[in-house]
Amino acid sequence: MVSGLINANPVIYERKERRARTTPSAPHDEYAVEPIDQQEIFDHIRDIKDPEHPYSLEELKVITEEAVEVDDQRNYVRVTFTPTVEHCSMATIIGLCLRVKLMRSLPLRYKVDIRVAPGSHATEAAVNKQLNDKERVAAALENPNLLDMVDECLAPSYD
Amino acid sequence: MAETSQLTRNIESYVDSSSLMHQTASLNAIARLVNTDALPLQALVRELDMYLTTTDKVVRSRGILLLAEVITRIESKPLDSAIMHSLVGFFKDRLADWRAVRGALMGCLALIRRKSVVGIVTGSDAIAIAQSFLQYMQVQSLGQYDRKLCFELLDCLLERHSDVLTTLGEDLIYGICESIDAEKDPECLLLAFHIVESLAQLYPDSSGLLASYAKDVFDILEPYFPIHFTHPSSGDTHVQRDDLSRSLMSAFSSTPLFEPFVIPLLLEKLSSSLQSAKIDSLKYLRVCSSKYGAKKIAKYARAIWPSVKDTLCTYLGEPEFSFTVAPVDGIGFPENEIVIEALFLLQQLIVQNSSLLVSLIIDDEDVNQIFKTIAAYEIYDAIPVQEKKKLHAIGRILYITAKSTMPSCNAVFESFFSRMIDHLGFSVSNIDSFPSGDIFNSQRVKFGCLYLCIELLAGCKELIVGSDEPAMQNVFEQETCCTMLHSFSTPLFNAFGSVLAASADRCPCDPDIYIGVKGLQILATFQSDVFPIHKTIFENILKKIMSIIIEDFNKTILWEAALKALCHVGSFVQKFHESEKATSYRSLVVEKIVELLSLDDIVLPLSLKVEALSNIGMTGMKNMLTILQGLGTAVFANLSKVHRNLRASETAVQLLECYSCKLLPWILENGGTEDFAVQFSVDIWNQAGNCMDFSAPFIKKELLDAIIKAMKLSVGSCAVESQNLIMQKAYGILSSHRDFQLKEVETLPLTPGTFDIALREERIISLFASVIIAVHPKTHIPNIRALVHLFIITLLRGVVPVAQALGSILNKLVSTSNSAENSSDLTLEEALDVIFHTKICFSNTDVLQRCNGTSNGNAMVLTDICLGIANDRLLQINALCGLSWVGKGLLLRGHEKIKDITKIFMECIVSGTKSALNLTKHSLENTEEQIQDPSVMKCAADAFHVLMSDSEVCLNKKFHATIRPLYKQRFFSSVMPIVLQLVTKSYSSLSRSFLYRAFAHIMSDTPMVAILGEAKKLIPVLLDCLSMLTEDIQDKDILYDLLLVLSGILTGKNGQEAVIENAHIIINCLIKLVDYPHKMLVRETVIQCLIALSELPHARIYPMRAQVLRAISACLDDSKRAVRYEAVKCRQTWASMSSRSLNF
Repeated sequence: MVSGLINANPVIYERKERRARTTPSAPHDEYAVEPIDQQEIFDHIRDIKDPEHPYSLEELKVITEEAVEVDDQRNYVRVTFTPTVEHCSMATIIGLCLRVKLMRSLPLRYKVDIRVAPGSHATEAAVNKQLNDKERVAAALENPNLLDMVDECLAPSYD
Repeated sequence: MAETSQLTRNIESYVDSSSLMHQTASLNAIARLVNTDALPLQALVRELDMYLTTTDKVVRSRGILLLAEVITRIESKPLDSAIMHSLVGFFKDRLADWRAVRGALMGCLALIRRKSVVGIVTGSDAIAIAQSFLQYMQVQSLGQYDRKLCFELLDCLLERHSDVLTTLGEDLIYGICESIDAEKDPECLLLAFHIVESLAQLYPDSSGLLASYAKDVFDILEPYFPIHFTHPSSGDTHVQRDDLSRSLMSAFSSTPLFEPFVIPLLLEKLSSSLQSAKIDSLKYLRVCSSKYGAKKIAKYARAIWPSVKDTLCTYLGEPEFSFTVAPVDGIGFPENEIVIEALFLLQQLIVQNSSLLVSLIIDDEDVNQIFKTIAAYEIYDAIPVQEKKKLHAIGRILYITAKSTMPSCNAVFESFFSRMIDHLGFSVSNIDSFPSGDIFNSQRVKFGCLYLCIELLAGCKELIVGSDEPAMQNVFEQETCCTMLHSFSTPLFNAFGSVLAASADRCPCDPDIYIGVKGLQILATFQSDVFPIHKTIFENILKKIMSIIIEDFNKTILWEAALKALCHVGSFVQKFHESEKATSYRSLVVEKIVELLSLDDIVLPLSLKVEALSNIGMTGMKNMLTILQGLGTAVFANLSKVHRNLRASETAVQLLECYSCKLLPWILENGGTEDFAVQFSVDIWNQAGNCMDFSAPFIKKELLDAIIKAMKLSVGSCAVESQNLIMQKAYGILSSHRDFQLKEVETLPLTPGTFDIALREERIISLFASVIIAVHPKTHIPNIRALVHLFIITLLRGVVPVAQALGSILNKLVSTSNSAENSSDLTLEEALDVIFHTKICFSNTDVLQRCNGTSNGNAMVLTDICLGIANDRLLQINALCGLSWVGKGLLLRGHEKIKDITKIFMECIVSGTKSALNLTKHSLENTEEQIQDPSVMKCAADAFHVLMSDSEVCLNKKFHATIRPLYKQRFFSSVMPIVLQLVTKSYSSLSRSFLYRAFAHIMSDTPMVAILGEAKKLIPVLLDCLSMLTEDIQDKDILYDLLLVLSGILTGKNGQEAVIENAHIIINCLIKLVDYPHKMLVRETVIQCLIALSELPHARIYPMRAQVLRAISACLDDSKRAVRYEAVKCRQTWASMSSRSLNF
């Protein structure tokens, strides 16, 4: 079906240094709450592998830390990702991976929004709609081929 | 005959069998026959005859391979030259037979590789093999393994027979080119590169045969550079990228003939954007220039220099202006391989072509530009980012230039140094009239210039230090750089000083401070026999830094930097035996610091004083001794004031802490004498005698603890004789104390009431106990029997150090059984008798009344008190606590009595229910109707913690305890069955919970190996114990320790079986713990345990999957981040266990 790679020669960026967490004010306070924040969400998704290259989404700058918006109080996360090329048919797969990873990593109370960066994709609206329709997401994951693909992409992010 | 048929069968099996195992077996059998001379090689060949010559290609190739394999395996068996010759003839001919080529190659290789003692291939034979190889082999058309054999053969030929191979001439070069062309396998490439290297050595002449082919050979090598190799490092091949790169580098640099092709290529690749290409280019350039020689490289210098400069400008990071990470001299930069290689290359070039490179650098536009622009900036932060980068790069270049050779160092000094001084505002002409005092110019100093100065100075210093030849050092004085430095040292000092002075009145920024302090430090640490810096300048530097130490304590960074510099100078002075400087250092720094201690009016906070004191002391033994003297004086001065002055007590505590935690360990580590320790201990006793005679209300607990700690450590570090000395002194003080007479103590029975020991006596006794704790077993303890009595009484008052001392005595006493060298007047057995059978009388009517009358009279032994017969809860707890330390002493030496002591603890825990232990009849009667207080039971359970844990305060290696190997395991295996039995039998939930507590203590301190052996029995109890411990917040640490034991069992190999058996209850227990609110580490460990459990056999754990996943999803919302991370991992491992995830 797909004869060649969608983006045969992507630009690889350097990985960001893993920031060591600055220790909270009172390191021995057992009961202090460390809220879920931008960096934590980013740590969950930075190592997801690109569906067609052996590089992480971070290395391809598909996602950046700034593109993660999180509001722990209101249980809301929005991840905006940027496909490497405008017509990338992998965009939905990448979005699906992000969604699945966050569903598996975040508490149930969260509502997760995944979208492509405005203007970065040819069929932006369609992709966004598809990614945030839970029926379609569930249906996609019923497809064993798709699920295998997603699991393969997610594998490095669990190491 | 039988043998022959056996042989035939083996041959048949090798040739025909498809199973690799059979082949190897038969091959081994044949090789063994040949090796043991049971079968001559000729006979084997005759036997093989048909297989070697048949027209069936498969059989023939197997036959030849068999012969080759056999020859490979008899490499250590001597063969005569005729056989060798005929074998060579056979195999070389077979090279033409492409179907049998593997056997032929292997045969040739085996023959070539033979060592000379067992017969080697002659030169003419080698030529014949080579010729045949060149004629018939089409290497690139073979498979990977055969190609590898080909290359090995070539490599071996070139290595062993290089002398004769030259005669082959062009054919050889041509043949080699053909075989390695377009090779792609990493293993083969390694060999191919090495072949080229050997080939180059074959024709070293510049006009030789290779000269005309150099281009062709290099054309084959060129595409491989830079090596790009992305195979995973843990694949089948063991070749790494670095190996390949290194061997290609040796091939590149193997002959100067490659120079016209290599250098342009490397220069081109240097501008590549690929990091590895850059690094490799720099590395190759360095190696090639050292191999090709100065003359050849000189013509490229002009091309290489700008690239190196640009590389440095681009990749050099921000310098680390911090004294903790930076090197002693110079300025530290973040490690970057490109930068390191570039600097190496530059150094190599300078060493080779000094004058050329230096003139390039001096005339460089960028370098000169920097000097012009940088002068304008006064503080570091004002310099724009781009300029900063350039400044750093130029600084590094100057550093390397100064560091490389003497001429280059001189040249840069000549051309730059005076210019920089000019910029700094000190005119070269009026240098002599410049005041050499401590006048600091109020004008701002140019930061950039000072920065470059530091780099130059550091380079120059390293050059001087780096030259080891002492003869050389005399020459240095005449060198330009040294004379210049000498004449400019005063202005430099002023400049660096004024940076600091300038920073003092405005917001100081770190780089400026760093530069100022570092500059002073470098100036102070030039070796005086090479570059004699004026004594006055050295002293001025010290004064300047000291003034910072004394005055600028509120500028933390400056203060710390100054202290670090001071320490560097101190250790430098010590290291190079600079006597003159050492004297200045001592009078200006060491003594000054000591002086500070005694001055109360100085505002410098005590903690900083102590820090400075210890750091400067650690610069050398002599300084340390001075510091210690001063510290001692200060401590005693403060001690004598403690009753009047609360602050004196605090000061003394801090000083004592510094002594025991920093100074004393340093002395011991650096081989200092114990004199001071002895003197210090004796002095403390003198003071103790004096100051505690007063009612001394100000001696607080911390002070006493600090004194005890210092005393213990001092005594522990001394030898036996010194300990005897201290012991006598201590005993003298103790016995001269007016309120109790030791003689009287000895009279029986013991009655605590008659000696109403006051608080201060208790302190004296504690101090004495600390001496006892720390002494060597051989040290003589006077009047030990009376001491034991005294200790027992004090112990009942709840003085823990005394109990520890009693334990130490028991641990170190000599037993009667080996009393050959019995120096003390009490043996172990006697001491035990005293402790366990001395009746203690209670004349105190209060206690008597509370006795329930069943005990006989008013006297009882220690164990009775432990069991609560006195009916005094506090007394019982004190006795139990004391007994636990006594028990620890016995346990460590592996004494039998520990069993009885353990029984007492058990009895305390389980009594109240039906006693399960058969203790003495007497006590059994008492305990039956008596219910213990929970706090007593807790104390008894915690006694196991005392027994098992490694104590910092006593009974350890530092304090010379007798420690039997594996004592923990022994105790574990003897006690654990009893505990387990009691757990099952005890019906009262209270005593069971304390049994669990004891169990937890024992488990958490037992080595894992012992536990794994018993895992099956232990796991159920352990799990009950875990759920019991969740009930009280106080127990969270015990809970965590025990959990670690469980995780040890889960991950240990030996425990697997028990874990599998109990998987369900373990998981159930862990699931209850995942939301334990009081300790994050507990939750984290629980989840890790669950991850470990997911490795168990699928069928066993699958039923639990849903339950685990439910529990873990809650953990995703844990309040701690670390727990959430673990939870994500755990959820994934459990969810992915089956093909369809549960939720997803």
